[in-house]
Amino acid sequence: MKALHIKGGRVIDPGNGIDAVRDVYLADGKVVASLPADAEVIDATGKVVTPGLIDIHVHLREPGRSDKETIETGTRCAARGGFTTVVCMPNTTPAADNTGTIAFIKQRAAEAACVNVYPTGAITKDLKGEELAPIGSLKRAGVVAITDDGHCVQNNELMRRAVEYARMFELPVMDHCQDYNVVADGVVHEGHWSAALGLRGWPALGEDLIVARNVLIAETTDWWVHCQHLSSARSVQLLREAKQRGVKITGEACPHHFVLTDECVKTYDTNFKMNPPLRSERDRAAIVEGLADGTIEIICSDHAPHCNYEKEVEFDVAPFGILGLETELALSLELVRKNVLTLPALIEKFTTNPAKLVRLNKGTLGVGADADVTIIDLDCEWTYDVTASASKSRNSPFHGRQLRGKAVRTIVGGVTKFE
Amino acid sequence: MKTWQRKDLLGIQDLSADEINFLLDSALAFKQVGERTVKKVPSLRGKTVINLFIEPSTRTRTSFELAAKRLSADVINITASASSLVKGETLKDTALNLQALNADIIVIRHSAAGAPHFLGKFLKASVVNAGDGAHEHPTQALLDAFTIREKKGRIAGLKVTILGDILYSRVARSNVWLLTKLGAEVTLAGPSTLVPRVFEELGCRVTHNIDEALRDADVINLLRIQHERQRKTMFPSTGEYTAMFGLNKERFSRMKPDSFIMHPGPINRGVEIDSDLADGNRSVILEQVTNGLAVRMAVLFLCSGGQFSES
Amino acid sequence: MSTSPLMDSATINRALTRMAHEIVERNSDPTGLALVGIRTHGVPLAQRLAGLIAGILKQTIPTGELDIAMHRDDLAIRGTPVVGISKIDFDVTGKTIVLVDDVLFTGRTIRAALDEIADFGRPQRIQLAVLIDRGHRELPIRPDYVGKNVPTALAERVKVRLTETDAKDEVVVER
Repeated sequence: MKALHIKGGRVIDPGNGIDAVRDVYLADGKVVASLPADAEVIDATGKVVTPGLIDIHVHLREPGRSDKETIETGTRCAARGGFTTVVCMPNTTPAADNTGTIAFIKQRAAEAACVNVYPTGAITKDLKGEELAPIGSLKRAGVVAITDDGHCVQNNELMRRAVEYARMFELPVMDHCQDYNVVADGVVHEGHWSAALGLRGWPALGEDLIVARNVLIAETTDWWVHCQHLSSARSVQLLREAKQRGVKITGEACPHHFVLTDECVKTYDTNFKMNPPLRSERDRAAIVEGLADGTIEIICSDHAPHCNYEKEVEFDVAPFGILGLETELALSLELVRKNVLTLPALIEKFTTNPAKLVRLNKGTLGVGADADVTIIDLDCEWTYDVTASASKSRNSPFHGRQLRGKAVRTIVGGVTKFE
Repeated sequence: MKTWQRKDLLGIQDLSADEINFLLDSALAFKQVGERTVKKVPSLRGKTVINLFIEPSTRTRTSFELAAKRLSADVINITASASSLVKGETLKDTALNLQALNADIIVIRHSAAGAPHFLGKFLKASVVNAGDGAHEHPTQALLDAFTIREKKGRIAGLKVTILGDILYSRVARSNVWLLTKLGAEVTLAGPSTLVPRVFEELGCRVTHNIDEALRDADVINLLRIQHERQRKTMFPSTGEYTAMFGLNKERFSRMKPDSFIMHPGPINRGVEIDSDLADGNRSVILEQVTNGLAVRMAVLFLCSGGQFSES
Repeated sequence: MSTSPLMDSATINRALTRMAHEIVERNSDPTGLALVGIRTHGVPLAQRLAGLIAGILKQTIPTGELDIAMHRDDLAIRGTPVVGISKIDFDVTGKTIVLVDDVLFTGRTIRAALDEIADFGRPQRIQLAVLIDRGHRELPIRPDYVGKNVPTALAERVKVRLTETDAKDEVVVER
């Protein structure tokens, strides 16, 4: 592996409080303090150099649905999007509720992944919300968090015990916040467009109730609960108030929830069907506000590939979810141009904040850190063409969208994986 | 007068007031056909109409079938149980197969909102929406408007109340779009769980007070209450519905003397409507059925020609 | 586009008067006689002829209107027409129906009208009266009563205007 000399870029390293033009040196898979001998020079003049970006919410579909995505193709999307580390969700087939599946994911990642892959384990067996999964063994097998993502533990007693138990292993508990009784068979945000389109409503209340519960459970257990893909205004407010009291609760948001609203579903295009659903402009603005004031400290994609034939169906029947890794950074940079966030504050949500939640020695360019680096051209204007995606699937609502800002080089462990 | 340019009738929401009026005017001519010795015209001779009913319906399907036959089209009915959909074929594949059989018009009824719009995106054949989930039922709204116009001579300025399960009703939505486009004032009424305030954003009034809903109405359109098909949390029972919102003689006596009752059918006697009122001389329920045939003939006729008018 | 006049109000009236007499002569028993105009211009022409015949016979002649849009054979070629209502308030069965139209051209309109009349019942016989016969028949149809025979080129258009619909009486050729 050749040493790298990333020269002349604007280095943004929020963990170390750095935002300055300087050089970065990589050798033997680590960030090093001084220019190594025989280093390859990468001219980053005019570009932004950041710690490798981290996405803690992706679905790689392996094992079980490698027709939608594989660890290989999913991580290629990540590299193209500027991500050097992804955390994958446990709703595979079989579910990642056992050490064998975790071992399989790690093995496939070692063989085929082009970025770092960290698995999560299930909270409950087969994600059914009935009995606890072997959380301690999952930790030993290498999971960085537990979650039933795609599902939500409805039984409050079970959830309380899961958090209490996970605390023993210092595993954060991530939750897909959805009250099944309130949401029932909803497919779009309950509001103007569900009324106009005759689609069954997925009310914000269904998310808010579980976020409120999670706040109380985190407070009771004094342990970290992380609310996934927040979409509603009241969720953000609940989180904001809880954090002010010092509750160990965190939240994440996906670009589609701060870029799009439920009006997008008016043509019944199933590429706008996701869970939680696109919400009202008021909710969208509240997510942006939550990102701005730090209530929501992490941005992730919820990258959820589905085959064309699965999405080309009646809206009610289509699976929830969209691709996200390749468009995530560019869509998030809109927040910087709109002065919602400074560039360092945005990069924090892709680096130090997610690394801290899942306890990885990543998200920093400090000496000795893993040599994961993303080089970004802020001014690159491009159009997203999903037909050229690295994903096996094509379900993006952002196909054809004009974007600005793009990762131009993704370096994982000192090796360039995308440029 | 502007003629019809559309190949599909997906909903009322995308239609202009001119298009709606043109359709209603055309339906007048087709109503007259039903009064002839030979109740059939050769307009769609050689055309194939497929009634693709993914959700069971006897009334609407019969009406479309008869409409197509009176236009001399060949008609095939495919119902959910008989179709290959239950075997796991997607709707898209089913529709493409029907198109491969040279179907000219596909009339679709589906429990999923937006299903006709989905078909319209890729089919060359005309797509006519015969009811999609809780979204739209355009021919029902057209026949309702046709009936109101026949009775009152106009639609603009009339006060129309739609009473019942609005939340799950495609009839309500299509009626709201149509009547407001033509200048009527629409009030939606029923239990608060089935008539959420958000419907005010569609341009109508919402009330949960039955007396207020009926007081000034020129037309009362009653919707069928299907407790068994709703989430059980929506209201206690049909008995309570009848007590709170059913149209009984006492309530009806306080309505304007020249007002009349409509219902898309099938009616639940004694539930949303008093049995005698349903049969009374201010009920136009059966005239709606007759007019439905005329409206559907007009729709099939116009959509059939519409697809060629661009060439 | 140039326009040349063919008939004015006086010549139209003369032609109609002659046609009214011919209709009476041809139909010795006037009790079963009825006139049906084809929309749009056939309708006022039928009413005028009925008025003239009534003046000759001293009895009223029933009239009706036909809209042949639903019976057209060119829906696929010309797109959606505006459909109007056919109004025949008498029983056509057993009657002698005189179909009335303004211009006889390909004959397709008359073919459609014949089909449509049959949907109302079974007339004893059907005759055809037209103000202008411009030739170029595409079907084996010939008129029984003609106001004026006008040889035309295919590309030309014969326009009939009547006071009832167009504020003045005239027939012109546009080319």
